[in-house]
Amino acid sequence: MTMTRRRPRSAAGYAFVAGYVVLLIAFGVAPTVWALTLAFQKSTAGGGFAGVSNFVRTFEDYRFLPAIEHTGLYLLIWLVSLITLVVGLALGVHARGKRSSSVLRVVYYLPGALAGAAGVVVWLFLLDPAVSPIGFILRAFGWTSLNETVATGHLPYVFAMMAFWSGAGGWILVMYGALNTIPAELMDAAGLDGCSAWQLAIRIKVPMIRKWIAYMVILAFATGSQLFVEPQLVGEASFGVINPSWSPNQLAYVYAFQMDNFNGSAAIAVDLLVLGLLCAALVVVRTGLFRAD
Amino acid sequence: MRTSTEISTPQTVPRPARRGATEDQELRRLQGRIKAVARRWFVVLLLVAAAVFFIVPLVWLLLAPTKTNSAIITGPFAFGSFAQVARSWNRLLAYESGAILIWLRNSAVYSFSGMAIAIALGIPAGYGLAVTHFIGRKALLVTTLVVMIMPSSALVLPLFLEMNSLHLVGNAFSVILPFSFFPFGVYLAYIYFTTALPSELLGAARVDGCNEWKTFRYVAAPLAKPVIALVAFFNFVANWNNFFLPFVMLPSNNQAPVPVGLSLLLSSSPAFNPTNGESQSAVYIPEFALAILVAIAPVLIVLLVFQRALVSPFLGGSTNK
Repeated sequence: MTMTRRRPRSAAGYAFVAGYVVLLIAFGVAPTVWALTLAFQKSTAGGGFAGVSNFVRTFEDYRFLPAIEHTGLYLLIWLVSLITLVVGLALGVHARGKRSSSVLRVVYYLPGALAGAAGVVVWLFLLDPAVSPIGFILRAFGWTSLNETVATGHLPYVFAMMAFWSGAGGWILVMYGALNTIPAELMDAAGLDGCSAWQLAIRIKVPMIRKWIAYMVILAFATGSQLFVEPQLVGEASFGVINPSWSPNQLAYVYAFQMDNFNGSAAIAVDLLVLGLLCAALVVVRTGLFRAD
Repeated sequence: MRTSTEISTPQTVPRPARRGATEDQELRRLQGRIKAVARRWFVVLLLVAAAVFFIVPLVWLLLAPTKTNSAIITGPFAFGSFAQVARSWNRLLAYESGAILIWLRNSAVYSFSGMAIAIALGIPAGYGLAVTHFIGRKALLVTTLVVMIMPSSALVLPLFLEMNSLHLVGNAFSVILPFSFFPFGVYLAYIYFTTALPSELLGAARVDGCNEWKTFRYVAAPLAKPVIALVAFFNFVANWNNFFLPFVMLPSNNQAPVPVGLSLLLSSSPAFNPTNGESQSAVYIPEFALAILVAIAPVLIVLLVFQRALVSPFLGGSTNK
């Protein structure tokens, strides 16, 4: 990078960013401000300052804490599997020869094309013992119908598995890229010092990519906390077995669409938005992975 | 395996037996060697098991439309016939008289329009942030970074509340414009223009009488083709797969993009809900699987096209392998 880059201080800069800034204000800043406004108002028509009453009321809603619990358990399973399996698989792939490594990376990444609704529907078929190609595994667990496989207690595991299936490959690519930045001299030196492949992985490679692991964990936490499409679709397929406000985002949706309570919806949306913002700020400030100048 | 063998040789190759080396040392060396082999096989097993986990659902999905509903259950990994694919397709087309085509058209309109605006506004913005200087530049950069890392679904309900108060819910632009707001693309362009664009080149263009806009249009933008392609790819995939935003913003079934369409299929298919009538145009597993394949085909195609770009330095890490 050249440090002597000429930066003409001129009006041109504004012209270049103007269009994007309009989008940023209209679809980033404005919705945030509007959600905050609604969250602190008594009703949509105005109705005066409500203080924190919308936050308190939604918090005391009998569905709120269970939704947090569900999502929390899901996040725990998802993050543990990311840290152990994604890092493990990336290390394994990285130690392979060029050819098999690139084949494996493509295979792991392919389900990424089914992120979201498509992947959920595929898994609904796979989890229905009546039609599933892996029905024998499900029956071995004693599950004979879709409603039994996706029983409320199983859902955090089911969603973590879906998320892993469609999302892990992308993270393996990122980790693989990070592993490639480790200087070859360092690895050679460790090898000459009698470091085994295993020690090399645990003592050198993992510490060298820990920033990226932290980044993955924070980002996966932020994304996972916003869970919506998975419980929504599984709920539709299981016909009433699953609570329509399984996750906090679903509860916010129920507040807006079924209860016509936009202020309550805004309060939950603000909770989630703050969580997302905190995670993002943490990544920017602490990991130092992103250059802002 | 090649790499790991090379690296572990110094430890595992038995040295010429030194006189006085006790049997104890020999034993320990042997144990270490067994351990290393066991670990290597464990890793291979893990890699293969993972590959099976990732690929089996895809294979099943790919084969499902070639068979009848009952054949899928009896022989999940057998190939049926192409004639059956055609039959499945006709039955899928018959669902709500071609709803799948409407969903595909909607998805294409939303995704491509969003992408076009994201490129048209995002690439110049990345350039402006990289090579010009203006008041508020740093703040804009940090905001972009934060919004980029924040999950976009956190903004969906706030966006809905905003659009609802502006009476824009149900308007296609309530989906297209938020799609086109793509801070990640701006950041990628910014990184590209700060690291890969020689400043001498821009200086030369200015000396030759190019104004700021012409420098961008005729010098910087043509050089930025790879990053434009990358931004287009990421934005397209994100738009195409987005369920939550259109689900909330566009209540009419005729406006549904493919992911929302799949959820409509889900609630009307007797494959999941036997109480749904078994009509002539009912959607069973073969048709459903075909609908999923059609839904992901565009993403899969761009994914394979962009496969090389996906392991580029932009995704963290240079390529020294």
